[in-house]
Amino acid sequence: MQFYRSHVLICAGTPCILKGCGAVRDAFITELKNQGLEEEVRVVETGCLGPCDLGPVIVIYPEGTLYEKVKISDVPKIVDEHLLKGRIVRDLISEGSIPGIIPYKEPVYFGIQERIVLRNCGIIDPSSIEEYIARDGYQALAKCLTEMKPSEVIEIVKQSGLVGRGGAAFPTGLKWSFTANTKDDQKYMICNADEGEPGTFKDRLILEGDPHSIIEAMTIAGYAVGATRGFVYIRGEYGLSIDRINQGIQQAESMGLLGDNIFGSGFSFKLEVKKGAGAYVCGEETALIESMEGNRGEPRVKPPYPGTHGFLGKPTVVNNVETLANVPQIILNGADWYRGYGTPKCPGTKVFTMTGDINNKGLIEVPMGITLREIIYEIGGGIPEGREFKMAQTGGTSGGCLSGEMLDVPMDYFTLPEKGSALGSGALLIMDDSHCIVDIAESFMRFFVRESCGKCAPCRVGTVRLHEIVKKVACGDGTYEDLEILEDLGRTMRETSLCGLGQSAPVPIMTMLRYFKDEFMAHIEEKRCPSETCKL
Amino acid sequence: MALVTLTIDGKETQVEEGTSILEAAKTVGIEIPSLCYLKDINETGKCRVCVVEVEKSNTLMASCVTPVANGMVVGTNTERVRSARRTVLELILSNHRTDCLTCEKNGDCKLQDYAYEYGLEELRFPSDRVLPELDDTNPFFIRDLSKCILCGRCISVCSDIQGQDAIALIGRGFDTKVAPAWDKPLEESPCVFCGNCVQVCPVGALTPKYSVGKGRFWEIEKVETTCPYCGTGCLLDLHVKNGKVVGASGADGPVNEGWTCVKGRFGLDFIHHPDRLTVPLIREGDGFKEASWDEALELVASKLGGLVSEHGSDSVAFFSSAKCTNEVSYLMQKLARAAVGTNNVDHCARLCHSSTVAGLATSFGSGAMTNSIHEIADAKAVFIIGSNTTENHPVIGIQVKEAVRRGAKLIVADPRDIELAQKAHIHMKHLPGTDVALLNGMMNVIIEKDLHDKEFIETRTENFEAFKECVSKYTPEYVSEITGVPAELIVEAAVAYATADTASLIYSMGITQHSTGTDNVLSTANIAMLTGNLGKESVGVNPLRGQNNVQGACDMGALPVFFPGYQSVTNPDIRSKFEKAWGRELPSEPGLTVTEAINVAYEGDLKGLYIIGENPMVSDPDINHVEAALKNLDFLVVQDIFLTETAELADVVLPSACFAEQSGTFTSTERRVQLVRKAIEPPGEARSDWEIICDISTRLGYPMNYSSSGEILDEIASLTPIYGGITSRRLDSKGLQWPCPTEDHPGTPYLHKGKFSRGLGLFSAIDYIPAAELPDEEYPLILTTGRILYHFHTGSMTRRTEGLHAHRPEAFIEIRPDTAEDLGIVDGEMVQVSSRRGKVEVRAKVTSWPAPGVVFMPFHFAEAAANILTNPALDPKAKIPEFKVCAVRIDRLPLEAAL
Ligand SMILES: Cc1cc2nc3c(=O)[nH]c(=O)nc-3n(C[C@H](O)[C@H](O)[C@H](O)COP(=O)(O)O)c2cc1C
Ligand code: SF4
Ligand code: SF4
Ligand code: SF4
Ligand code: FES
Repeated sequence: MQFYRSHVLICAGTPCILKGCGAVRDAFITELKNQGLEEEVRVVETGCLGPCDLGPVIVIYPEGTLYEKVKISDVPKIVDEHLLKGRIVRDLISEGSIPGIIPYKEPVYFGIQERIVLRNCGIIDPSSIEEYIARDGYQALAKCLTEMKPSEVIEIVKQSGLVGRGGAAFPTGLKWSFTANTKDDQKYMICNADEGEPGTFKDRLILEGDPHSIIEAMTIAGYAVGATRGFVYIRGEYGLSIDRINQGIQQAESMGLLGDNIFGSGFSFKLEVKKGAGAYVCGEETALIESMEGNRGEPRVKPPYPGTHGFLGKPTVVNNVETLANVPQIILNGADWYRGYGTPKCPGTKVFTMTGDINNKGLIEVPMGITLREIIYEIGGGIPEGREFKMAQTGGTSGGCLSGEMLDVPMDYFTLPEKGSALGSGALLIMDDSHCIVDIAESFMRFFVRESCGKCAPCRVGTVRLHEIVKKVACGDGTYEDLEILEDLGRTMRETSLCGLGQSAPVPIMTMLRYFKDEFMAHIEEKRCPSETCKL
Repeated sequence: MALVTLTIDGKETQVEEGTSILEAAKTVGIEIPSLCYLKDINETGKCRVCVVEVEKSNTLMASCVTPVANGMVVGTNTERVRSARRTVLELILSNHRTDCLTCEKNGDCKLQDYAYEYGLEELRFPSDRVLPELDDTNPFFIRDLSKCILCGRCISVCSDIQGQDAIALIGRGFDTKVAPAWDKPLEESPCVFCGNCVQVCPVGALTPKYSVGKGRFWEIEKVETTCPYCGTGCLLDLHVKNGKVVGASGADGPVNEGWTCVKGRFGLDFIHHPDRLTVPLIREGDGFKEASWDEALELVASKLGGLVSEHGSDSVAFFSSAKCTNEVSYLMQKLARAAVGTNNVDHCARLCHSSTVAGLATSFGSGAMTNSIHEIADAKAVFIIGSNTTENHPVIGIQVKEAVRRGAKLIVADPRDIELAQKAHIHMKHLPGTDVALLNGMMNVIIEKDLHDKEFIETRTENFEAFKECVSKYTPEYVSEITGVPAELIVEAAVAYATADTASLIYSMGITQHSTGTDNVLSTANIAMLTGNLGKESVGVNPLRGQNNVQGACDMGALPVFFPGYQSVTNPDIRSKFEKAWGRELPSEPGLTVTEAINVAYEGDLKGLYIIGENPMVSDPDINHVEAALKNLDFLVVQDIFLTETAELADVVLPSACFAEQSGTFTSTERRVQLVRKAIEPPGEARSDWEIICDISTRLGYPMNYSSSGEILDEIASLTPIYGGITSRRLDSKGLQWPCPTEDHPGTPYLHKGKFSRGLGLFSAIDYIPAAELPDEEYPLILTTGRILYHFHTGSMTRRTEGLHAHRPEAFIEIRPDTAEDLGIVDGEMVQVSSRRGKVEVRAKVTSWPAPGVVFMPFHFAEAAANILTNPALDPKAKIPEFKVCAVRIDRLPLEAAL
């Protein structure tokens, strides 16, 4: 690997591209040439760095200095001052209140954040396998293939307490063991990178920013369960992710880290990318498999589960991107190390895409069990314009709504459900008191009406009926009976729908009804919106 | 299989592992409501009406798709379950047009039943509905998707049973609907209008058109009977109201398991067609006058009697019918043999499968399908030669497709790209009339590659060496030249057939209707023996018989050489058995076949003819010749349900009851004797065929007195060893497969186990002989004929069925695009087709289906009768005419005539 004195990482996430990071990159390249620094300083495009509001964002390593809202006219100054003379340009750096970026040196102000999943994101050049390897990449795989039996790999993952980050929170080690125990000669490993949940893009950032971690993790999983073929099912719109994974596969293959007889261990693993079909429900594992088989993207009835009857009827493990990104670190550092993060019941970290009425937006990785209050007021910098927090929503399907009462409840996969809510897979939408709950409920339902696949009756018709009734209430035409119907319908959908989509479609409304009943009642009885923001 | 113990509503039960909760509940007498579930067919868990409470599970479970587990505690009717079920039903109803008052399904609708049970009087969602327009564009059934509950049953049946994939879900979410691809009309989809989707629809979304407005469910009586169309032997439920058949559905027969094809389900309105004959007719000049039965029967008896006394017994002949019951064929041959004293009795099997009877009797000792239909699904290879199974035996086609789904290799030899050829792994598109060469070629490969079953040949057969010698010159290359099939394909097919564990060979008229028909049949027997594919399940040589009771008519001895049960008229012992039973001296000389009788009549030596339910004026080759022959008779009696082209030439026409109006039995192509039940009274003065024969016989001085058709069946059993145990007392909905020698015999699903009927199987050395008429400069094209899905035989029934007629109203000739271009013919224009025997005008259908140099015409249409063109050349052994090959030319018509 050639040695560079410094790296300039330019965020090439979609928001930053929109804000002109391409031009900024060109300006850097020209300016470095002018100064004769092109041999010493390298410009790298990287996945999203997190603070999207502040783009274009650049980070200069090894110092880990973050510059925000960089304009082309700023570039000569940064090159001249920082890269040539080693003096940080104070008036251009971030105030230190930007979440999502861990400078290379331990930052005091991001103390709450932990980086396992995102440890390489924004730090290495994702198109360089060498840089991944330089940060311990493929060591976990080497350890598995040369020192461990498949059952030992599964055991460590079990011990670590890792549960699925795709929403259902199923223990990953246990899932693997089901497939490992089947006797079929062909098994498959699938990485679920469909990420259809609105407002979520954490999986994309991992794929773009650290593709090799997924390739490595999938190969480890394949070894553990006895799968010789893997597929990364990536949402069709994620062009850069697809390119990065494809490029990563080629690199890994050419280095013998993927393909036939990896590390001479006799284990072979082939990996390929499948483009997603587009529908939200295709992120559901069985619908994903149906769509991979070329059928209509509709969930299957379970059981049988994919672990025993998956792709083409063969045993198949389906894991979320974020789940997998944990795996190499767990193997390298051990289960106890992993259990050092998060809560005893739910170890590790969780990545959120934080959006909405919050001062600091972007990608954060926090330990499981952190409270909403810590996230909002310490990492997120509080609610803008001095408004009050009203509600947070944790993800389209598998998540739920969190009211002010829940600001101090530990956020993990087991505690929130006890409160009638759920952690969800990735989005964290913060809303202040200027929003009308009924309006929000209506817009959530509109999403589910659009995304129901239509296979089963409760969801196909129920989503439409829920939406109609909420709309009625929002327009001031609702009655008290309507709320009762909502309750009954919601319960029925939860209990009878075929897949997670229909089962969780009523959850937002039901939690809102639970915590914000007054607001619904005001719409019904007084034909008035307490927040005074909706059409009423 | 391990057993699982669980508790359902407090009752403990044990079921096999893998059983669904819903099925397990049945074992303790609990019926869980379900809308979408169809066992083994639609287990998709879509409607969620079947949810139950399972202890320790936080959601409810769809019982139809949830397997049982040890120690499971299930509540099927708890308050939680009932409340959820009620809301799900309410949701479904909220998007369903509830016009129950006028809905055809009223009273027979599961949604209605549950709405009643759950007291869904008023809905809480008076909101948006998806109300697609009613689709009544096809002639058979109405699609009212405003009532569709998207249970998906129709889709599963269409793709997994019918194998048609005509419909699927389109759209998503609330806009989802069932439709053909791109929402096109069904008629532009692969739909074959089997109506099996209609059968399974739990609500009123799919309804048969011809039943609309004809009766409510509770007014209708269902009468189970056997389908009158092809030889498959599907059981039907006739829907009867006020003495009328107002509809039909598939019954759970041993072959069809509830499924039918378009004809059985939608093709029965001929029963009440105004053209039905209702009174006897006697010729008066060019027309007829109505007569009393007494008058008509007296005339028949005196005329036939007179001819016999004047010209001898052999001056009259009797054509029984492959459409009529066994009892009728039995009486018809008894009338000929005992009452009149002639063996001149035959029926139209002569024209379809006489070569089967002759050929298989030679090779094996009995001439019928060796195996059963349901066994096909389990065969590892299916070899179809000369059978357009999905069109002519559609429900057997279902079994073939099922075999393919289960992994069987499908090998098809056919000159056209028929549906199964398109679905086949190997399609050999050989020229019509080259079957012997093709089969010899395959056998040559099998022997060359040492794939033949030496042990079977050694222990079970004879004459192998002579046969081997004969096929040695039929190398794939040589055969390729004759048949037009690439040599590699012949090799591939031979290997696939020979190496399969079990290979079922299926053939039909493409094999039999040739001047070398018997040779063709012998060759199919050869290849099955060569590979040991006989005498066990899922193998065999399986001729598919064309008509509903062609097997039975043969079994009953409506053949000039056999008494019932293939007992030879020339065998003195057998003759004396029948003489004793029938109390008359019986003729020993074999009689005239159908085809010979026509020739003898043409020459003037046959004077009288009594025809039941046959229409040689459309079905026989060289119709012009047939017409001259019939006109040459002194006396012609035709007994039928319609005034057919043949009846129009008769001196006396006797109106008979159709299948729905009389009782008896039919024997299906798999040798299964099944009940025909009288559902309604015949129209006007029409009478049962067997009663009419009895009256004529009695008037001829040979009294026949039976009180019921069952009594006739019992007489048949007493004289026919293979039917020995098939008695009226015993026969039920399952039928019985002969041989069934005694009343405690279960019947025989497959023949020749351990031993052939004749002892050792006989290999025949058969050389290829070209068809009798080959193309030449004057008549450069080969015409081959056949049937289409939507019509039957001469069309006398199907063309009087509104839906079928509307769907396929006219004849056509299939012409390849290259031929069409050479002749300057465009698709859809009228052309003239001529052979040495006559010419017809017919519409051109340009398609790449036929092999090079071949054209195809269906023979159902009297106005463009293919059989004006066909060659009456006969197979020397079976006397079957060569319907499948003749030479024709096609000419364009003047512009005005071509449109
Ligand atoms: C409607 C619906 C959409 C889903 N979408 C996703 C998705 O986009 N990505 C994902 O990883 N899991 C998604 N899931 C969850 C998957 O079904 C599955 O549980 C997950 O991929 C398993 O991986 P894990 O165990 O690593 O979480 C979805 C589930 C449902 C019901
Ligand atoms: S719950 Fe909704 S998305 Fe899931 S299968 Fe049913 S209709 Fe489809
Ligand atoms: S009629 Fe038969 S082929 Fe047509 S859609 Fe229904 S099941 Fe399919
Ligand atoms: S048409 Fe009938 S069978 Fe087909 S999905 Fe609709 S309700 Fe079910
Ligand atoms: S009957 Fe079980 S889901 Fe429909």
